[in-house]
Amino acid sequence: MTDSERTSPLHALHEAAGASFTDFAGWLMPVRYSSDLAEHHAVRSAAGIFDISHMAEIQVAGADAAEFLDQALAGKLSAIELFQAKYSLLLNEAGGIIDDLVVYRNGEQEYLVVANAGNRSAVVAALAERARAYEHVAVVDRSDEIALIAVQGPASRAILQATTGLDVLDELPSLDEVKYYRATGASFAGGTVFIGRTGYTGEDGFELYVDEADAVELWTALVEAGTPLGLVPAGLASRDTLRLEAGMPLYGHELGPGKLPVQAGLGRVVALGKPGPFVGRAAVETGPDADTPVLVALVSEGRRAGRAGYSVLAGGTVVGEVTSGALSPTLGHPIAMAYVHPDHAEPGTVLDIDVRGTRIPATVTKLPFYSREK
Amino acid sequence: MADKTTLKYTAEHEWIRVEGELAVIGITDYAAEKLGDVVFVDLPAVGATLSASTVVGEIESTKSVGELFAPLDGTVAEANDAVVDDPSLVNSDPFGAGWLVSIRYDALPENLLSWDEYAALVGE
Repeated sequence: MTDSERTSPLHALHEAAGASFTDFAGWLMPVRYSSDLAEHHAVRSAAGIFDISHMAEIQVAGADAAEFLDQALAGKLSAIELFQAKYSLLLNEAGGIIDDLVVYRNGEQEYLVVANAGNRSAVVAALAERARAYEHVAVVDRSDEIALIAVQGPASRAILQATTGLDVLDELPSLDEVKYYRATGASFAGGTVFIGRTGYTGEDGFELYVDEADAVELWTALVEAGTPLGLVPAGLASRDTLRLEAGMPLYGHELGPGKLPVQAGLGRVVALGKPGPFVGRAAVETGPDADTPVLVALVSEGRRAGRAGYSVLAGGTVVGEVTSGALSPTLGHPIAMAYVHPDHAEPGTVLDIDVRGTRIPATVTKLPFYSREK
Repeated sequence: MADKTTLKYTAEHEWIRVEGELAVIGITDYAAEKLGDVVFVDLPAVGATLSASTVVGEIESTKSVGELFAPLDGTVAEANDAVVDDPSLVNSDPFGAGWLVSIRYDALPENLLSWDEYAALVGE
């Protein structure tokens, strides 16, 4: 933990709230406040507030911004509308995943690329390198100026609406109107907060991008409005079990430079229909070898969970490896994601996970494990 | 809650309470806090023979797996079924209802830590 040099602008609030901290990509971030299970359940039933200020925000602006992003990323970002968000991938020439991203269009010629904290420098470097071919595009790392607060759970909209001083700008969609993977903006503390209806929990929710100088005031106002509605501060431990239940991949576990999008079930994220070249296109079009492992979902009975790195077996033979796993707090049984040989990837296939010497049967199923009622 | 200062400890974050010829063991509040919410406890069977410092069980939280080491030689006299049914007792009452097993021991090892020594180890 002593390797962590960075702390969030909200660090003192977390300490006062009794958080335990963990190192995450060089940042000292809350892992839990009291109980990670209680925090998990609060997000499913009411709401949780997460500090994810460690994430990286990179502004891409200029007359060539849309065209540049179509070439630099796997998706067709030129096609998204103002205040729309899109999940995308930054690929290397071999088609491998440098990072997974959420990209917002927040101006006719301006985008905000949100990257994982651990990949900040790799993403900034790749975008800057790819931008050199364009005359009218600027890539600016804004991560140090922006704090990011996520409010997630069925009560999140009501909480934002009840937050004192957070007022959606007149010309933008209200919190009732803004759709999933769309954004709006609000005034707060004399500045502007950019609000995406996005998240990483499988629930309705919002992510609020705020000037780091106003972050404490915004967090405090959200907590004050949210506490009567069941909002609790939630740490990275619950964030991980929430995203796993929702079947969302995590860089370093399900995603990495050695993984092609199609292996990870993200073939739909790559816009092969868009005209022109983009980095990784040739490799994606060639596709992986027929026996390249693919990502599957596994469910087990009982309470013993497979965890990252554990072997997956068919009969006596190792056919894959778990990348994430936990006893699902919502479902009450173990769930895991694993890369397995495609011969064993069909839903219904019964495999075993080697849980520290004990073989636990695990059945291949479809993602997600959990989806909210809509 | 039990008086922590009267218990013996190991560097593996277990506590030992001697009751005549039985030694009751559990994990410390420090260990429970580090693990997070405990969701699964695997304990040795009653009658099992234990050797000191070997792994005899597991304590799993949502985030990680902790191994239970036998703090001394002996046989398992009783396992706490209540904590198997409700692993959260390890978090809510680690020195009381969250006890794990009682061991009929041969001799107490010399190297068990006092509360002061254990507290110094974990920086309390």
